[in-house]
Amino acid sequence: MKQSPPQISALTASMIAVRNDRDRAAFALLFDHFAPRLKGFIMRSGTGSGQAEEIVQDVMLTVWRKAEQFDPERAQVSAWVYQITRNRQIDVIRKENKPLPEELGEDPSAEPDASQILAVEQEAGQLKDALGRLKPEQREIIEKAYMGELTHQEISTQTGLPLGTIKSRIRLGLEKLRHELKELR
Amino acid sequence: MTTITHHPSDALLAAYAGGSLPQPFALAVAAHISLCLDCRATYEAHLVSGGAVLEMSNTEAVSADLKSNVLDLLDAPVAAKPAYQRSGVFPGPVMEALKGKPPRWKSLGMGVRQSILSDGRDGSVRLLYIPPGRAVPDHSHNGLELTLVLQGSFSDETGRFGVGDLEVADHTLEHTPVADPGAPCICLAATDAPLRFNSFIPRLLQPFFRI
Ligand SMILES: [Zn+2]
Repeated sequence: MKQSPPQISALTASMIAVRNDRDRAAFALLFDHFAPRLKGFIMRSGTGSGQAEEIVQDVMLTVWRKAEQFDPERAQVSAWVYQITRNRQIDVIRKENKPLPEELGEDPSAEPDASQILAVEQEAGQLKDALGRLKPEQREIIEKAYMGELTHQEISTQTGLPLGTIKSRIRLGLEKLRHELKELR
Repeated sequence: MTTITHHPSDALLAAYAGGSLPQPFALAVAAHISLCLDCRATYEAHLVSGGAVLEMSNTEAVSADLKSNVLDLLDAPVAAKPAYQRSGVFPGPVMEALKGKPPRWKSLGMGVRQSILSDGRDGSVRLLYIPPGRAVPDHSHNGLELTLVLQGSFSDETGRFGVGDLEVADHTLEHTPVADPGAPCICLAATDAPLRFNSFIPRLLQPFFRI
């Protein structure tokens, strides 16, 4: 049986439409998908509903305003939104600007390579599955790490992260990204 | 481009990506990533994991008018924040910490200079300028310290650190970093404890000897 070729996800397609065409309908789709998840994610750290919604609003506006920085050949929409969210949370809660790496000199290409986007999506999907298969207590520590709640001790000893189970996934993604990045230079 | 051989651990990159690091360490890691494609790739992979955690979060219903508020604000004008570019040996995040201006060096004697970028509750970060053969001023050894080389190189008992290399040391490491011959060594030093200079003067007076 012949399989139909895999398609770029609706989220990625919407984000590209926002980036290239300032497409408001596509943005509304992104809002519907991300806003409730963002609010849930933010409230898990103990932020109240009202302030969480303010952060959601800031994050979604940044998604619109900084859309030209989104590069689907390197990042998943959720990874990109995640980064914006953590920066905003640090900004609001800790009153600090998180120092960020320099942007790479190259602008994302207007016509991204679909096979590369699919590869990134597939990799991210496998990573998500691997996270989903972790034992609850392991998953909790990973989630804690990505919610910015590692203690000083956990960072200093560098043993607090049971990353071994997803390390191979990260490494695969890493190799792919590194390859891409080296071609950029 | 020189080869970077000393990188932050995966756990440190994960802690940076997740936003757990105190500001001084976050600056050192952001500056390293600006210079190191390998760590940039690892960092971006961690953002993908963070995105997966976000995707798997329980949803929480948002207020009925949040969406229309956001849609109304899409084209509202906003003041753009300045984007700091690399300047000379200083990567973008360091330029941001310098607010776009050249470092204001203060002499520590013997040709060694420093420029404090921040010194607060969650640690300190400073630039150091060390002439060849001089010892790198001692950091406070109470906690973790990250040292990123931006120009020249230094060596200690654990190896040689050139441009882009990040030394991660905790209080268990007894080391005496000394700037190598050649260009003066400029590095970014971040600690999670306030600055202390107890053992600084004796260290400075040590004779230079190459390993
Ligand atoms: Zn590195």
